[in-house]
Amino acid sequence: MKRTRITAKMRIIQTSDITKNIKEMCIEANHFLSDDMKEVFNHAVEEEESPLGKQVLNQLKENLEIAGRDMIPICQDTGMAVIFINVGQDVHFDGGSLTEAVNEGVRQGYTEGYLRKSVVKDPIFRENTKDNTPAVIHYDIVPGDKVEITVAPKGFGSENMSRVFMLKPADGIEGVKEAILTAVRDAGPNACPPMVVGVGIGGTFEKCAELAKKALTRDLNEKSPLEYVRNLEAEMLEKINMLGIGPGGLGGTKTALAVNVETYPTHIAGLPVAINICCHVNRHSHRII
Amino acid sequence: MDRYIKAPISDEDAKSLKAGDYVYITGTIYTARDAAHKRMAEALADNQKLPIDMKNNIIYYMGPSPARQGRPIGSAGPTTASRMDKYAPDLLDLGLKGMIGKGKRSQAVKDAIIRNGAVYFAAVGGAGALLSQCIKKSTVIAYDDLGTEAIRELEVENFPVIVVIDSEGNNLYETAIKDYCKI
Repeated sequence: MKRTRITAKMRIIQTSDITKNIKEMCIEANHFLSDDMKEVFNHAVEEEESPLGKQVLNQLKENLEIAGRDMIPICQDTGMAVIFINVGQDVHFDGGSLTEAVNEGVRQGYTEGYLRKSVVKDPIFRENTKDNTPAVIHYDIVPGDKVEITVAPKGFGSENMSRVFMLKPADGIEGVKEAILTAVRDAGPNACPPMVVGVGIGGTFEKCAELAKKALTRDLNEKSPLEYVRNLEAEMLEKINMLGIGPGGLGGTKTALAVNVETYPTHIAGLPVAINICCHVNRHSHRII
Repeated sequence: MDRYIKAPISDEDAKSLKAGDYVYITGTIYTARDAAHKRMAEALADNQKLPIDMKNNIIYYMGPSPARQGRPIGSAGPTTASRMDKYAPDLLDLGLKGMIGKGKRSQAVKDAIIRNGAVYFAAVGGAGALLSQCIKKSTVIAYDDLGTEAIRELEVENFPVIVVIDSEGNNLYETAIKDYCKI
């Protein structure tokens, strides 16, 4: 008989624990913004030059207070659940399929948390699954015996305005800047500005898109270790805010709250760039189990 | 300018609104988004009656989150209007006077707005909790099987919107951005 030998290093986690955490995180993310988001938001209200823009930002601040106080989702588009799970390689899951446990958490969170069910079973036939499943899950295997989960419900007003550009190496950093500005300019009022702009540079077609999504979940106070990336983020935030789109797209100096850039090695022939736009409701809940 | 108007909206009120006006709507409005518009278009193609009379009414592009017990509705902010651009001109020609959404509209919609003396309003995107407080009653009146995308009749009180495209075709998104664009 084949036996699994459990070494001293192996940590057993019940999949029911994953379900419980995902459920709570879906509800939490849709009602409370993280502290880093609140902080940039408060700065934006102070700095906005347009009176109408300021009025919109104040409404959004009030909206956040009502959401948390009365447990009404910050936005009616409670998103498709995007979930990043970094599994420590010394972890063993007990209790059935991990993916099913994650989806069960989404199912419970969206049903019991009065969140909108926005997922259709087939992109063409479009029948609602009625429980917001399945989630989009990105797994990564990492060293250690912990499981790190990020739940990022993603609304589609801004998702629809996201772009992938397969630039040429000769386009260089100027090409990247132009791509970012093009995406934001085209998004305009549709993406519910002030937005958070996630950028992925490098990798392959799908890798840069995943990086851009991941960039949106990065704590806004956390800086890139690469100097050119930090400079790019600062320069693009300034340039985007010069576009004039403003809060709600009604004109103003706060079109973006932050620009987060992630990079990855790429092929000698390519320079993929993805721009994943998120509205001001940049939701993410983070836990380590 | 701050304006207080009643819904359904009269021809005179619709014509008097100007791009940039801050408007508080009180009365009855209807929700419809992607799936409901598709069904209404199919009904029109089949010469069937629409579930709501378009004349002088306002459609709010919105699909709410579920209501908690004791509340009329959940979070209730606008969705992106451009996805309804394919359907809006026909509804405007049937008498629809106002649309509430967010984001840009097509030239065809703008032309239909001018042709019919209608208005396109924006509500603040992502302010669903705040906006839900201005909705006093919500009743599903058609396409119940569409869930959040069903057509709802809403009783609203001082529901805050901004005129983006007025009956003369002035577009706030285009003019307001120019004032702050520095590149």
